[in-house]
Amino acid sequence: MQSSLRIRKITKGIVVTIGLLFFIVILLFPFYWMFITSIKPDSELYDTAQPPMQLLKPTLEHYVYLIENTRFLLWLKNSALVATVSTAVSIVIGTLAAYSLARLRFRGSRTLGLTIFITYLVPTTLIFLPLAYVIRSLGLFDKQIALMITYPTFLIPFCTWLLMGYFKGIPRELEESAMVDGATRLQALRMIILPIMLPGIVSAALFAFTLSWNEFVYALTLAQTEAIKTLPTGIVSQLVLADVYFWGSLMAAALLGSVPIAILYSFFLEYYVKGMTAGAVKG
Amino acid sequence: MQSSPTAETKKISKLEQFSIWFNQEKILGPALVAPAVLILLLLIAYPFCVAIWLSMTDKVIARSDTGNFIWFANFTKLFKDSIFQRTTINTFNYALVSVFFKLILGLLMALVLDEVKIFKNFFRGILLLPWIVPTSLSALGFLWMFDSQFSILNRFLLDWGLIQEKIIWLGTPATAMISVQLVNIWRGIPFFGISLLAGLQSIPQELYEAADIDGASAWSKFWNVTFPLLMPVTAVVTLFSIVQTFADFQIVYVLTRGGPVNSTHLFATLTHQTAILAGRLGEGAAVSLFMFPILVIAVILQLRYLQNQD
Repeated sequence: MQSSLRIRKITKGIVVTIGLLFFIVILLFPFYWMFITSIKPDSELYDTAQPPMQLLKPTLEHYVYLIENTRFLLWLKNSALVATVSTAVSIVIGTLAAYSLARLRFRGSRTLGLTIFITYLVPTTLIFLPLAYVIRSLGLFDKQIALMITYPTFLIPFCTWLLMGYFKGIPRELEESAMVDGATRLQALRMIILPIMLPGIVSAALFAFTLSWNEFVYALTLAQTEAIKTLPTGIVSQLVLADVYFWGSLMAAALLGSVPIAILYSFFLEYYVKGMTAGAVKG
Repeated sequence: MQSSPTAETKKISKLEQFSIWFNQEKILGPALVAPAVLILLLLIAYPFCVAIWLSMTDKVIARSDTGNFIWFANFTKLFKDSIFQRTTINTFNYALVSVFFKLILGLLMALVLDEVKIFKNFFRGILLLPWIVPTSLSALGFLWMFDSQFSILNRFLLDWGLIQEKIIWLGTPATAMISVQLVNIWRGIPFFGISLLAGLQSIPQELYEAADIDGASAWSKFWNVTFPLLMPVTAVVTLFSIVQTFADFQIVYVLTRGGPVNSTHLFATLTHQTAILAGRLGEGAAVSLFMFPILVIAVILQLRYLQNQD
């Protein structure tokens, strides 16, 4: 009895380990391969006789080339600027909307909440074409500000929906007692509720930043001048075109473009997992 | 001084009056949502109406006029168009196959991670990476891995004796579709995995203990406890993924641009191709609207689910 239980435990351990290894290999190998490619000299990269996993003389030449001969740093700056501004705008607008929809009773609040939820489901690819048309008629086409005002269209629904869940988790009594003490509702919101909400706001901001950083379709259609492109569209449309073998620098660019997100994320992993699952688990 | 109210105190009391009026729920409520609603009206609802209008015109980018109103001519043209027919089949194929594998492998990943007891956060963290990094950039990594000359996948398959000659991953229609699906599945597994893991961990432990007392096997515990309780989360995640995969763009754009011979075009990439690259705005808008019905179905199902929850 005792030994059969132990055998079952050991078998389970082996199965779990194999499963874990399987997922680590298939999910992370592409990153590993991109990294190896980015530090391999061209002479080894394009030598089909050499075993591909072998790396004789690691080099940083592809990274140097990327920084010195392409507009990588400019696109990096553009991405950071666009993502920061659109995240800030969306967090402010989303927090106000979420508070209102989660807490205040007024006619049509439930319908409004559902409508915002529906826009959260609308894929950007459904709307990018007429959006480009609207942006053009507003005279903002091919300007950086076009991205800063269009990104909130998918960030606000997301932030609102996520933050509504957090607001609902905070007991009403907290602000009500502050209001009994003479604070107005907005004062109670600012001084009592928002500090408690900070973890929620941080995770919404992280997600919003990630979504902006990774956005592709709007950036591709609305910002076509090379100098105002963001990292993803800059790399894909300006660096891939080259007919020459360029894989080392291209992989360096793809990795470096992902690094800011990976760093953010390693610091705030708990928030990420919580935020990501909040939507799914709470509905 | 107390007996004669000055103009200043009068002004303050007016401000207070405004503050009291503004802090009423029926005023404050709509006022706080207004900015969000305005942005969404101007940049989602209005463009959507523009799309419907554009889809019924022959507007092209090259001409500055607004185009002629041609009713449903764009749609009837599309239905007869072989590229559009191909795109429709591609989109369903791409979405259904990808979501199926994401669900199965994601569930497996969740079950595995649920049993991992050491470095829990570390493993979750690194396995979530494919979902978190920019898709367009990781797709570049796959572009290199699928390269016709230097594909590392071919090297592995050849070395292990699984294939006799190189697979031209992105160069032949059948393997091109499989390639873009593989990338989509790779990217989506962690999303399913981590979401379903959260679902698994919200199942009360007592239920498993009760099942243990009844002497239930691991298999029966999975079917009678885990599976039914995981259903709601699974449904939400799957629905969300179907909508997103149906409207996918980046992977195909980076890897194949819809080729070879339109074998990987999806509604979104064909929209871009027709409207932006070829400049036929009206026809492109018509293509994009085909992503709408699936969204409507998803919204209805989702709302029904939310109502059941209340």
